[in-house]
Amino acid sequence: MADQTQTGARYRRRIAGIAVQVGLVVLIGGLVYAAAYNAAQNLARAHIASGFGFWNNTAGFDISQTLIAYSPATSTFGRAFWVGLLNTLLVAAIGIALASVLGFAVGIARLSRNWLVARLAAGYVEVIRNVPLLLQLLFWYNAVLKSLPDLQGSIALPGGSFLNTRGLFLPRPEFSSGFSAVLAAFFVGVLGAIVLRLWARHRQERTGAEFRIFWPTLALVCGLPLLAFALTGAPLTFSPPQMDRFNVRGGLEILPEFAALTVALTTYTAGFIAEVVRAGVLSVSAGQAEAAHALGLRPGATLRLVIVPQAMRVIIPPLTSQYLNLIKNSSLAVAIGYPDLVQVFTGTVLNITGQAVEVVAITMAVYLTISLFASLLMNLYARTTSVVEH
Amino acid sequence: MAASSDEPFVYVRSFPAEKLPPPLAATGAVGWLRANLFSSPTNIALTLVCALLIAWAVPPLLRFFFIDAVWSGTDREACLATPEHPTVGACWAFVRVWLSYFVYGFYPTGQRWRVDLFFLALAFGIVWLLRLSAPRRDIAAFYFFIVLPVLSFVLLHGAPPIGLVVVPTALWGGMLVTVIVATVGIVFSLPLGILLALGRRSELPVVRLLSVIFIEFVRGVPLITVLFMASVMLPLFVPDRLAPDKLVRALVGVAMFASAYMAEVVRGGLLAVPRGQYEAARALGFPYWRMTGLVILPQALRVTLPNIVNTFIGLFKDTTLVFIVGIFDFLRTIEAARADPHWAAPTTPITGYAFAAVFYFVCCYGMSRYARSVEARLARSGRR
Repeated sequence: MADQTQTGARYRRRIAGIAVQVGLVVLIGGLVYAAAYNAAQNLARAHIASGFGFWNNTAGFDISQTLIAYSPATSTFGRAFWVGLLNTLLVAAIGIALASVLGFAVGIARLSRNWLVARLAAGYVEVIRNVPLLLQLLFWYNAVLKSLPDLQGSIALPGGSFLNTRGLFLPRPEFSSGFSAVLAAFFVGVLGAIVLRLWARHRQERTGAEFRIFWPTLALVCGLPLLAFALTGAPLTFSPPQMDRFNVRGGLEILPEFAALTVALTTYTAGFIAEVVRAGVLSVSAGQAEAAHALGLRPGATLRLVIVPQAMRVIIPPLTSQYLNLIKNSSLAVAIGYPDLVQVFTGTVLNITGQAVEVVAITMAVYLTISLFASLLMNLYARTTSVVEH
Repeated sequence: MAASSDEPFVYVRSFPAEKLPPPLAATGAVGWLRANLFSSPTNIALTLVCALLIAWAVPPLLRFFFIDAVWSGTDREACLATPEHPTVGACWAFVRVWLSYFVYGFYPTGQRWRVDLFFLALAFGIVWLLRLSAPRRDIAAFYFFIVLPVLSFVLLHGAPPIGLVVVPTALWGGMLVTVIVATVGIVFSLPLGILLALGRRSELPVVRLLSVIFIEFVRGVPLITVLFMASVMLPLFVPDRLAPDKLVRALVGVAMFASAYMAEVVRGGLLAVPRGQYEAARALGFPYWRMTGLVILPQALRVTLPNIVNTFIGLFKDTTLVFIVGIFDFLRTIEAARADPHWAAPTTPITGYAFAAVFYFVCCYGMSRYARSVEARLARSGRR
């Protein structure tokens, strides 16, 4: 009897579960269908094309910063997409590199035993984290960079650079044919350093004899390219920007939009990375350092061999999500007009074509791909570093 | 011991040891300075660098924001440099003149008491809900999540039958909109986030899949694109006559975005509830919803309250992004006022941004202090 009611209850629960799921599918399917139906109706009424045919149409608008060849008269919307995507990746890559350096420095500074250093770092973190990024971005762009002198009053920097309200003009590096030899030397150097490191570790494991790899590595990675550079007769020259009355010609131009976005993303994300780093270092218990000292490791070796590896295991996952946040936050470029993916595509292309659904879908797909790829890498990393618990 | 020799070893000192010099001050102000600022040559150098940095940065800032600042005036003339007043600091006169615009936007002057009443009702709800020692916080939750939204809508939008003139949302602006966007975000995202978090842990595969897709999709894209989606695609998806108001579209976007993040926070809380709690509730014969509502969620939400507040801080900062889809939030009113030619002076942008920064900082820092105090309290009760 009891068995029967048990199965009865379980049966009822299963039926209810299936009913809920079917209901949900029908509900969502209905909503999607209604949305698609309405969208088709509304688009037809507004005479807006649908589909991805616009991809190969001529764009016809200019973009202020292009890393690949682009001309408004002949390039397509598809080309504009790649230009925007590359601009996003450029600002994200530079932002990630700088934010990591600043963030690690501030995070370590917060743990300093020097009261003043720790308080300054803490103040930085609190201010940066509690003020919206968009406000910081507008501040850098409108209040700082826009108040620079105009062209006539350009600030001349050492090395033939100029700084004015139109941007920063640096000498443009010109690579002549021999430069590939320098690049080749660099790669050989890096490869050699890796081999050297593997050999040194192998030897230490086998014989216990330590081989200091710092200076040899430096010689391989920096010395070899320098040697190649000197031997091929300095194949790198700089052409400085030329300033006339109304314009700056030549040189490498860094747009104020790019500078403002880079500075804002860097300082903002660094505040968060600092907290991640601090939490990671604090997560390594004091006993680890004490045990290392008791075993006779020097402070430097303790840090390098005991503290950092354990802290990194805690730091890397939230650090990745900060990097992803930086990539996503780079879309704020649209507020100051830096031509990133969102500004070019969801802004200009959307306005010209009116194809909201396709344009927004493509933009979202790009960010989703980046996010999913990063979380894939993160899962792999977590698997390789997870500690086997007993 | 090799005590074979005739001479016995004496281990007792027969004369006093030489006096050591007195220890350098290890306590008091001097001791503190030695330990925290001047303990080693590196530390001394660091301290000096920091002191120089402060000496270099702080006095000009003080001069700019307070000593040279202009406190009163009626237009840009007050904030322009003149021969007798060559250095002009922050233009606080600009903020004073525009303050009511920053708070209410274009909300009709005669109706602004309604906004004030809304702020009061909201503040009351927040204090009641967040004070851990407040009585009957279940009623507070009912008030905050059911009564307050209805009350606010009637109050702000208006209801002709009871004599409140309708104020279209196009006139709303400033801190009012910032607070509304943030509040709507939290009021919708918490229940939705709880449902999504439960859905993600559900035994029903379809429910689980849909929850995961929604959460990971929204978390994988920038808020800007969600807002663009809400503002340009939402009108396409509904019949023409139902086309939602611009503010409502942005609110939908923010609520969607916030609920995905809230779902992950709540999931963290659910994971912190020990398995035994589920098993005990099941053993007592609780069905799913009663187990969840009476046993699991109260514990999960309590543990995760600091994280909820932290998510809310992020949401509060993110409300500035509605600026980009054309909503007049607080930051947008600053930008609009800054662009006014009557007030175009070199220092007005910085003044406006400084004012906005102080506003956001005070709100966010206050919330993060609250989160930290709850965390400390939870840690204390956990140690018991």
